[in-house]
Amino acid sequence: MEMVIALAIGVLFGSGIWLILRPRTFQVIMGFMLMSYAVNLFIFIMGRLWINRPPLTLGPGAPDPVAYADPLPQALVLTAIVIGFATTALYLVLMIGARGITGTDHVDGEEPEQ
Amino acid sequence: MSLGWTQHLILVPVVLPLLCGALLIPVNEKRHQLKFIVNLASVLGLLVTAITLVWLTDEGWPDGIGVYLMANWVAPFGIVFLADRLSTLMLLFTALLAGAVLCYSMRSWSRIGVHFHSLFQFLLMGLNGAFLTHDLFNLFVFFEVMLAASYGLLLHGYNPARLRASLHYIAVNLAASLLFLIGVALIYAATGTLNMADLARRLSHISGDGLTLAQIGMTVLALAFLAKSAMWPLGFWLPATYAAASPPVAAMFVLLTKVGIYIVLRLWLLIFANEPPGAAGFDALLWGGLATIAFAAVGMLASETPARQAAYAAMVSSGILLAIIGFGQSSLVPAALFYMLGSTLAIAAFMLLIELVERINRPGAAMLALTMEAFAIDERPEQPVGEGIPATLAFLGLAFIACALIIAGLPPLNGFVAKFSILHGLLHPGPGQTVSPGAMTLIALILVSGLAAIISLLRFGVRTFWAAGVLKPPPLHVTEVAPIGLLLLFSGGFVVQAGPVFEYLHRTADGLQRPAQYIERVLEEPVVPNPLSP
Repeated sequence: MEMVIALAIGVLFGSGIWLILRPRTFQVIMGFMLMSYAVNLFIFIMGRLWINRPPLTLGPGAPDPVAYADPLPQALVLTAIVIGFATTALYLVLMIGARGITGTDHVDGEEPEQ
Repeated sequence: MSLGWTQHLILVPVVLPLLCGALLIPVNEKRHQLKFIVNLASVLGLLVTAITLVWLTDEGWPDGIGVYLMANWVAPFGIVFLADRLSTLMLLFTALLAGAVLCYSMRSWSRIGVHFHSLFQFLLMGLNGAFLTHDLFNLFVFFEVMLAASYGLLLHGYNPARLRASLHYIAVNLAASLLFLIGVALIYAATGTLNMADLARRLSHISGDGLTLAQIGMTVLALAFLAKSAMWPLGFWLPATYAAASPPVAAMFVLLTKVGIYIVLRLWLLIFANEPPGAAGFDALLWGGLATIAFAAVGMLASETPARQAAYAAMVSSGILLAIIGFGQSSLVPAALFYMLGSTLAIAAFMLLIELVERINRPGAAMLALTMEAFAIDERPEQPVGEGIPATLAFLGLAFIACALIIAGLPPLNGFVAKFSILHGLLHPGPGQTVSPGAMTLIALILVSGLAAIISLLRFGVRTFWAAGVLKPPPLHVTEVAPIGLLLLFSGGFVVQAGPVFEYLHRTADGLQRPAQYIERVLEEPVVPNPLSP
């Protein structure tokens, strides 16, 4: 299972890096989205991979925390998703604005000379 | 037992701008005055809080440390806010710069777009939070708050150049934020904690694979900070961005590079406290810093516009600071802090001054180049005419000379004192040690970068003030002149009061050199007991 998830993150991140090096803003933003998915998955598995362990819920009978999955990365990844989403949305707005003002979707705001 | 009111002050620098910024969003853009007054009141509040905190950390609290446990969670589990001499010094410094920049932007720059005041407040919130928090993930959150506000501010006064610069700036920072997250995740995986004090304690107990993982995490995290603090080759985005930003925003951005430096200083001294100077982490910083100085000095000579020169000057100062931190010699830290305060204020003042100087040649050009956002602006901001101050040319010339002297590090202003004390520290590495080749390179580069700065600034000054023929004094307003004068006065004040300032900075550096005390204070901070339980 480690191999599968490591490959998944690697493929996502690699595709993201390739895309952000492309000259069109749409490709760049897709690259950032793929990279942020990869990072979110990465944070998530930093609490280690567990199967069949419920999240930590404290209640009567005070269970042993060792038997539960680490809840902190789950909380972190939620925050990271929200922040990543907000900044990506901001970038998207800027991208549309740039397209409107400069008339091109090249990241430099002008078409390269042929 | 409950918390004293003084301890709640630690939270004020974050909460106050948050509330004011939120409050200003629904206020109509036509009510400039009201928005400005709320903003100014908040900045003054921050200034008073910062002064109180500086006094408390210096004299009031034991060990010069005040700890605030968020939501009363005990230390390694909850988020910790901590005020010590270094962080309160940064708070004071931020509030000072913010006050000056705000006054400067009052007359025209804050009116050319929407939500300037809210974004300004959120920027302050992010900056202050980054200085106060001692939790890595919370630091990420405050960094994002700061960056999101800076994206908005960079776009303020929307024109194609700013748009293009923003596209690159945001892309670079998004990538750096992702690196930040990877670093934080790796550190958590290796050590199981995000609290900086707990992290420093645990790092000395782990070994083998865990240590390797933590070191990789640190490296990735450092890449994110070093991209912010513009270390070569990660700082390629800086000159274009700073040159494109509107002057008040560029002045605030000079401080943003120093946030990266602040974090590096704090984490490096804390985490690598057990390692000898010359370990891999220190060396990378030293040589990276040296490369930054060399690159920025050449860039400064090559740049045509003063805004780019100022941007490269900010890079030179980042490079010098990084190299000194990487040098790992504790006696250099006060000199580095002194240099940071003086040079940042002077570069920020220079960023503001550039616009006024350019009015000599092209009156009103900066304003006309802007695309107005028609829905937000009731009228064009009137050109400053009629109510100018006398002797404008004399003021511009003197202010320019003062900036140039401080940036280049020539006597009699504080740039000289700062560089002199750095060189003195480098040449006296301590009993029984010889001056290393790294130190010699650093000394040479500091001197050469000063020379590059004076050549390029002189070229600009001669062309503007002497070679331009008969100059027509540009109309300046007192709200534009006063902030520059104030910044230079503070920067110059350091040289008059260099003794007390250095003593304070020595105490600051002493606090940083005692990580054990800091770890103990954070982890043993008692929680407030539940008032309902017997």
